[in-house]
Amino acid sequence: MMPHDETMILETPFHSRCLALCEINLWEDWKGYRSAAAYTSVEQEYFAVRSNTGVFDISPMIKYRFTGPDAGAYLNRLVTRDISKIAVDRVAYTVWCDDNGQVMDDGTIFHLAENDYRLCAYARCLDWLMWSAEGFDVTIVDETADVAALAVQGPTSCAVFKDMGFDGIEHLKPFGIARYPFKGAEVMISRTGFTGDLGYEIWIDPTFAEPFWDDLFAAGKLRGIRAIGSAALDMLRTETGFLQAGIDFIPAEEAIRTGRSRSPFELGLGWLVSFDKPVFNGRKALLKEKQEGSRYAFVYLDVEGNKPAEHAFIYSGSKEVGTVTTAAWCPTAKTNVAFAQVDAQYGKVGQKLVAEIYYERELKWTRVMAKCTVIEGAVFNPPRKRQTPAPDF
Amino acid sequence: MINVDKHYDVIVVGGGHNGLVCATYLAKDGRNVLVLEANDALGGASATAEFSDQFSVSSCAHWLFQLNPKVASELDLTKHGLALAAENLCTIALAEDGNHLTIDGDKLEGENISEEDRKAFVAFNHQISKFCKVLAAAFNRRAPKLVEGNFTDRITLAKLGFGMKMLGKEDMSDLMRLALINIYDVMEENFENDLLKGAISLDSLLGSHMGPRSPNTVYGYIYRRMGAIFGFQGPAVVQGGMGAVGKAMAAAAAASGVDIEVDAAVSKINIDVDRATGVTLRDGRVVNASLVVSNADPKTTFNNLVGLSNIETGVARRVKTMRMKGDTAKLHIALDGLPNFTGLTEQQMGQRLVIAPTMNYVENAFNPSKYGEYSTEPAMDISIPSIHDTNLAPSGKHVMSVIVQYAPYDLTGGWTEENKGAFTELVIDRLADFAPDLKDKIVASELLTPVDIEQRFHIHGGHWHHGEISLDQILMMRPFPGASQYGTAVGGLYLCGAGNHPGGGVMGLAGHNAAKEIIKRGTSA
Amino acid sequence: MKKYDAIIIGAGHNGLTNAAYLAKAGLKVLVLEKNAYIGGATVSRELYPNWKYSNCSYVCSLLRPEIIRDLELPRHGLQVVPYGGGVTFKENGDYFGNHADHERLLREVARHSKRDASAYERYEADVMKQTRLIRPFLMRTPPDPTSLKPRDLKELALLAKSFGSMGEEGLADTMRFWTMSIGDFLDEYFESDVIKAHLAGSGIIGTALGVYSPGTAYVLLHHYMGDVDGSVGAWGFARGGMGSVAAALSKSFLSFGGTIKCDAEAAQIIVKNGKAKGVALANGDELYADIVVSNLDPKRTFLKIMDESDLPADVVTKAKNFKIRGSSGKLNIALDGLPTFTGLPKESPLCLGEKHFSDSLPKMERAYDDWKAETWSKDPYVDMLIPTQIDPTMAPPGKHMMSVFVQYAPPKINGGDWTAEDKAGFEKTVIDQISNYSPDFKDLILHCETRTPQDIENEVGLTEGNIFMGELTFDQLLFNRPFPGYAQYRGPVKGMYMCSSGTHPGGGVMAAPGANAAREILMDLKLTNTVPGGYDDD
Repeated sequence: MMPHDETMILETPFHSRCLALCEINLWEDWKGYRSAAAYTSVEQEYFAVRSNTGVFDISPMIKYRFTGPDAGAYLNRLVTRDISKIAVDRVAYTVWCDDNGQVMDDGTIFHLAENDYRLCAYARCLDWLMWSAEGFDVTIVDETADVAALAVQGPTSCAVFKDMGFDGIEHLKPFGIARYPFKGAEVMISRTGFTGDLGYEIWIDPTFAEPFWDDLFAAGKLRGIRAIGSAALDMLRTETGFLQAGIDFIPAEEAIRTGRSRSPFELGLGWLVSFDKPVFNGRKALLKEKQEGSRYAFVYLDVEGNKPAEHAFIYSGSKEVGTVTTAAWCPTAKTNVAFAQVDAQYGKVGQKLVAEIYYERELKWTRVMAKCTVIEGAVFNPPRKRQTPAPDF
Repeated sequence: MINVDKHYDVIVVGGGHNGLVCATYLAKDGRNVLVLEANDALGGASATAEFSDQFSVSSCAHWLFQLNPKVASELDLTKHGLALAAENLCTIALAEDGNHLTIDGDKLEGENISEEDRKAFVAFNHQISKFCKVLAAAFNRRAPKLVEGNFTDRITLAKLGFGMKMLGKEDMSDLMRLALINIYDVMEENFENDLLKGAISLDSLLGSHMGPRSPNTVYGYIYRRMGAIFGFQGPAVVQGGMGAVGKAMAAAAAASGVDIEVDAAVSKINIDVDRATGVTLRDGRVVNASLVVSNADPKTTFNNLVGLSNIETGVARRVKTMRMKGDTAKLHIALDGLPNFTGLTEQQMGQRLVIAPTMNYVENAFNPSKYGEYSTEPAMDISIPSIHDTNLAPSGKHVMSVIVQYAPYDLTGGWTEENKGAFTELVIDRLADFAPDLKDKIVASELLTPVDIEQRFHIHGGHWHHGEISLDQILMMRPFPGASQYGTAVGGLYLCGAGNHPGGGVMGLAGHNAAKEIIKRGTSA
Repeated sequence: MKKYDAIIIGAGHNGLTNAAYLAKAGLKVLVLEKNAYIGGATVSRELYPNWKYSNCSYVCSLLRPEIIRDLELPRHGLQVVPYGGGVTFKENGDYFGNHADHERLLREVARHSKRDASAYERYEADVMKQTRLIRPFLMRTPPDPTSLKPRDLKELALLAKSFGSMGEEGLADTMRFWTMSIGDFLDEYFESDVIKAHLAGSGIIGTALGVYSPGTAYVLLHHYMGDVDGSVGAWGFARGGMGSVAAALSKSFLSFGGTIKCDAEAAQIIVKNGKAKGVALANGDELYADIVVSNLDPKRTFLKIMDESDLPADVVTKAKNFKIRGSSGKLNIALDGLPTFTGLPKESPLCLGEKHFSDSLPKMERAYDDWKAETWSKDPYVDMLIPTQIDPTMAPPGKHMMSVFVQYAPPKINGGDWTAEDKAGFEKTVIDQISNYSPDFKDLILHCETRTPQDIENEVGLTEGNIFMGELTFDQLLFNRPFPGYAQYRGPVKGMYMCSSGTHPGGGVMAAPGANAAREILMDLKLTNTVPGGYDDD
């Protein structure tokens, strides 16, 4: 036996609890952490979020902390959104670009206090963050291992928290932050998530992770709480139209081949770009793109039939115009959805396209040319996601 | 003088020679131009300073050997007071035993020079001149873009390509090979004489952080020899010291209508989102302009004047990683009489003297600087300008100016007074090996380390070329990719200093080229 | 005497590859080898009972997969087994481990610097960009940029197109990469000394330059552009030692009807009326063929086995000026057991790869300063492997074979030949260095073969013992290799060709020079080409 060293696969602060529940023992490596792909059944986990409460351990998420007098100005130069508009105790989703206006990653910025922010990202980017810090008075710390985090998502999630004694949590607005005492420590709750449903994310000192999990599952027992894995989450995010870095786009700095990276406009994220603020990374290139037009469009497709259009080529007539990056049958919306990157001119809502889908049944491969239509956005977008006070279920 | 109420077409930050050249061309094109200089004299690194009572010396560059003739004549510098006290000087490679070698154009004089070396030297110079002529096609124009290049760039490329083709197959092949290799090998391939090899190797790397064995150093030699294309068969001593070049340029600028203010340090280049709007002076005054042209080096420009927070991260990273680590010191010595260099007449002492007895000597001098230490046996380039220009010192007395290679900017332990004293003593000891009575004649001395050069001339790292001249930092890579045509990522902000193509050496071409580019793009660009 | 269609001088891997392709095209081919055994520098021999020594080249990555497949080398016994791991030991007892698993590697980088862990991905992407640029040209003949022939113009256009596809800034970055030092390059990515030192090794192996010498970033690329089964940059062991590469090539060659003659040292290429006519052997025999291919390095080819009067003056000058510097030595050690390394368990997967003991760039640069002063490095950079951990054929069970590549060792010591004393001093320096990190190492040594550049030259015939048969600096790459005007494998004499690592794309057991030369020869003979094209990378 090799003695354990810190480079071996890491365990999250909730690991003992995840391990106990992970009946089918299906794990994956999430940025170095052992993370459950599924606990019991992907379908049941999926419906736990749409009907009750699902709990996903997001502790492996890369987290950076920014403090110091220039923290806000620093982030405003780093990302495309106008950070000055994010009040204390608010959260914003954003992307950040390189100088060529190509998306490096997406993530959420938490305004924790004055001159104090947290950034949650898909990929490690400390190197870029440090280069970006030249000329700013800001301190940057990788706090990935210092903060335990859970996504608690689904229509009964608010009720579960109320049962845990988090009074007033129903008044927390989407993208808001609230804090509650927990066994002498503090738990931070944000109304955020990756499922498109009513839901929260909690942030806590790792030493309180296990007790929190225990209290959460005790409180949620009567409301159908269950742990969910990444496979279910993937269905949830697809249904609600959320992009995944590394799948729906290649982080710009990791792209080896010329032209494989994408701008925010090309990912349908132009709304995240604010030109009414001081200089930010990619500004010049994005301004130019805005004037001269984009190369690609990112589209949501409603795909005919029930065969997921995974990795399908997209055609307009006989012309190949793009490829699918994400595809899934959406169990709640009862829709066959795909995300695709297509040549810019085919990106308008209502555009009719064709997906070339290959599927296999008992070793027999079948090719389907499925009609698809470019649609506005998420096929699952319930009012409860936005309602404040949050409904009970 | 500044008129704060005036909206200038162009503000040039820094009255160095390139800044003045750029300003003059812009003024001649009809722009209202203001030059702001932090120091009390103009010329930047072309400076003369009194370092001891009544002893003056060129305090940074001490030879004039690359000034572009087109610039000199278009600015009418002679009319504006530029005069040479001596020109076409020889280079004398000093030998400890007094058997020195004199390089006079293509001619070699001295003992133990083989006929082969004499012939090879003529052939070598001839070939280098041919290379210089090819490169000259690109020197007085902006560096061409290779992929996105427009018509202007393609013309330059065509000129370069045509020049290469005209070299013929052999020379063209040689150029491709030689430009990439080190001067050490080329010297070994061509010559036997150690003094010759040592002296040429020193020429190829003066001012840089490289040794004779460092690949790329042949380019350094070709670069230096551009002076010959510009009409300098050898270095010249300027009457009044190099500061007179700055003065003449300032006079030319003023005559063209440029407003100039000295003692006017710029603390900030003002930027509105992504466009330069003017400058703020250290005294708080704000001057607005359509364009700002920085004659400061790229690092000083972006680090200190623009602020890295005001540009995008990728450019900031380029600025930070650009290499400009000064490794050269200047020693100024006031003498109460002319010292006796063993084996040299007074006339010979007025030439350019170098201490680089062998290539290994120079390489060994380089080694410590890689580890943050100064050379214990440094290589040197020595000038005694007072032989030609008696105004620099009281009658019968002299000044000696020594370029000392290598003295790293980031000396371990820092350039404390103690370290400076030790280094000064070491350099003087070494000089005394060649001029035994030197120490008795010293009245005063002044050592300028790269740190001093940084402070006095506002050059980051004290690197007098405003950035290492090596193959990875020339042409479209100078100062760094994406900023190679004088324009920058900030709208309305241009660079015109030696950190840009084609580089330093008091050529005036960076300033000339920047002005042409600005004129071409118009004020709104 | 019997007449052959082609005679290849030197049974190294490129000579055998070249011979195999010519024989495959139907020519009657003879390969001459001065030693009693084939392989040149791809050789494994029993120098100590029951131990096999790959005493020159020791690992395999660059060998072109197109050639392995086309010449059916697996069928002829070649098996390349990739190895992972690698570790640089630090003076302070810690180490940096190059884990084979990517995420684990990043965790290890993060252990030294969190910032470097994220910079590592940028570094990998940037190096891969450069690698992808050069790989398509490995199996192609370099164009002559001074030529106006349609083929040269077409190849130049292809080259220009590849470079142009990088974009303006990308191209500038490429030009910077090809001209800068590995030290400066790594400084743009990393802050941790040990990580920089670990990566910089590839920039100096086999090269008479230091980590701060411009041009060394490209040398790193040369070590990254190979692949094992499509995994670009991976390295492996040839099972049975590097001699298996030569053995498989020779079997392939023999299967096409070729002949190999050992103990047959070529003394002179016979030239008559400006045409190559054959080879005179050192024993006085003369062998005839209209095609003579030299697999010797350019210096040996033109200055030793050709008559100056048969050559144009420029070729003699160019050969004299060709940079081929001895800079490396080697220790091959039979071990009684697996040595222990301080701070790392024996079973660690990191121990399966290369081990180094230089933990900073300045330390590596100082090793180069010793070389410049014409002595061996007193604190050398070593690339050490124990192939028996993966390949059981090299030593008896439980016993081990250690290969220690040492940078730097000069061709001459203070201007003179290596004496026995010098060699013993060199050996001691290396063994002492290893012992500093492995307390039981000395006691395990059963036998040690120490090879100075001079030994390598004398036995293998590499001038100055240069492993790449010529420095891999840009002035000697592509259309400049071995020299401008002669980069298309044709010698200055009709019928005379070059196929050694001294030609494009260079050394490292690629076999590409041998194959590319064969393609040119067959083209000149107007025979059907038997040499495969390169695989498309995409």
